[in-house]
Amino acid sequence: MLPRPRRPRQLADLGVRVASAFGALLGIVILAWILGEVIRRGLSAFSWEFFTSLPGPPASVGGGLANAMLGTLAMTALGTAMGVPVGILAGMYLAEYGHEGKFGMLVRFLSNVMMGIPSIIIGLFVYTLVVVPFGHFSGYAGAISLALLILPIVARTTEDMLSMVPNAFRESALALGAPRWRVTLGVVLRAARAGVITGVLLAVARVGGETAPLLFTALNSPYWPRSLSGPTANLTVTIFNYAMSPYTGWQQAAWGASLVITLAILLLNGAARLVTREKK
Amino acid sequence: MAVQQARQRTGDLVFKILTALCAAAVLALVLGILVELMRNSSVAMHKFGLKFLVSSAWNPVTEDFGALSTIFGTLVSTLLAMLIAVPLSLMIALFLVELAPPALAKPVGYAIELLAAIPSIIYGMWGLFVFAPFMADHIQPFLTKTVGFIPLFQGPPMGIGMLTAGIILAFMILPFISAVMRDVFAMVPAVIKESAYGMGATTWEVTRQVTVRYGLRGLVGAGLLGLGRAIGETMAVTFVIGNDHSISASLFAASNSIASTLANEFAEASTPVYLAALVELGLVLFVITFAIQVATQLWLARIKRVAEGR
Repeated sequence: MLPRPRRPRQLADLGVRVASAFGALLGIVILAWILGEVIRRGLSAFSWEFFTSLPGPPASVGGGLANAMLGTLAMTALGTAMGVPVGILAGMYLAEYGHEGKFGMLVRFLSNVMMGIPSIIIGLFVYTLVVVPFGHFSGYAGAISLALLILPIVARTTEDMLSMVPNAFRESALALGAPRWRVTLGVVLRAARAGVITGVLLAVARVGGETAPLLFTALNSPYWPRSLSGPTANLTVTIFNYAMSPYTGWQQAAWGASLVITLAILLLNGAARLVTREKK
Repeated sequence: MAVQQARQRTGDLVFKILTALCAAAVLALVLGILVELMRNSSVAMHKFGLKFLVSSAWNPVTEDFGALSTIFGTLVSTLLAMLIAVPLSLMIALFLVELAPPALAKPVGYAIELLAAIPSIIYGMWGLFVFAPFMADHIQPFLTKTVGFIPLFQGPPMGIGMLTAGIILAFMILPFISAVMRDVFAMVPAVIKESAYGMGATTWEVTRQVTVRYGLRGLVGAGLLGLGRAIGETMAVTFVIGNDHSISASLFAASNSIASTLANEFAEASTPVYLAALVELGLVLFVITFAIQVATQLWLARIKRVAEGR
């Protein structure tokens, strides 16, 4: 067999090299483009008033989104408080009891599946489950949606982290006469603490910027969130409503809200990275 | 001593039951979604039957609803996203693993990962106010001039529409696909690659004939992961797809997806039939994404078994 000529092969190789460098460059350009626009347009909306007061009427200049920031914070905190403990306990079951059994396998499989189900479906589910029976939209329904999104993520990361703890830890604690539950909570969970915290932070970062599950549950509101039992102001649905409005003042406020959300999510991601690094 | 042991056993039993209940919550969630969506869409199911899936009607005034235009929009926007994102991810993974020096690969890889952290509503904002005008001013006129004889690229350059939605979806799933592809490439044993290099093969020949073949299953898995993400993506698509219940041959035309229809119309749905039709759309989306996720998980589990040599 004659060797193929070298020239075209080298040209093809060069072409692919250039193309792949171009692909990586495109990814970076898109990231820089998005972040650049969000920062540039968002900063122009920032002011003392933006962070401290209620939104103004349409077509007006000024006003702020303090109520929406507070509402997003409250619902995310409540959703985290509900979803994380259940998720960690479920992860403990999978790691400590459900390694081989059919029930454990099924829960593990469905957790993976649920992580890929669109968040708008969760919003629809909570609408039928909470909003319809109570007859009105509420911040509680929004928080429940977020909790349901957090649950499978935290369950799976907790399981992965606990499974990495060597069995010698469990055996030595059991040999000292500690009951299984104390071994799991006091030894295994402690040993895997950094990984579990990272998982929780990433889960919160993922649901904190969610819009779709809040559309039919928390809805939105122009007022302060005095309680979560009624429609509750939040940043992401506000961005959606304001962006679709014809008022430039509102559109600018939407950019401000976008920058707030982006900064918060990126900070959470950075914090998660920092926790993992400390562990190593 | 005996009392203490008995107390320990009770404590352990309570703990085991508590954790098992929390694990069962995941099961309850899946069943709950299925039951609730079926229950709340029964009005529409009875009224339209299976015709719902093949009818392209969407008329809230006459209360005639069908899912075809939204299913079409969902599938076409996802297909566009995959057509763009899969080759691009392959190129990025190739760059990160084979071509870039480690000092460059790390920050570039981190930047691509960061794309995944940006919330979808931010993609929506950027898509509507920045990227759609860019499409209308530059990309669409260019496409009309060069390949405008194909019906796909005809029509007024509005910026928003099916093509823009597909491109933005591609940007969103890019980091997920390229991250998995990168891991797949990195898992190919160096000895196999080196023996090909030793025969005088170029980097591209090694990639095409050794790396890609060795990791083909993993690459398919990466694509499946991206597919699952794209098909149910809501906010970014809602901002830029144009929200029009029509099936058009042109990719420039305004269109719709299941998720964007839900996001746009749910608050306006005033009659029981309208609401039930929207919930049934949600059920269709749930069934499609559930099937894709199950297939993906089974596929990935099989790869893992093969990799572990069991």
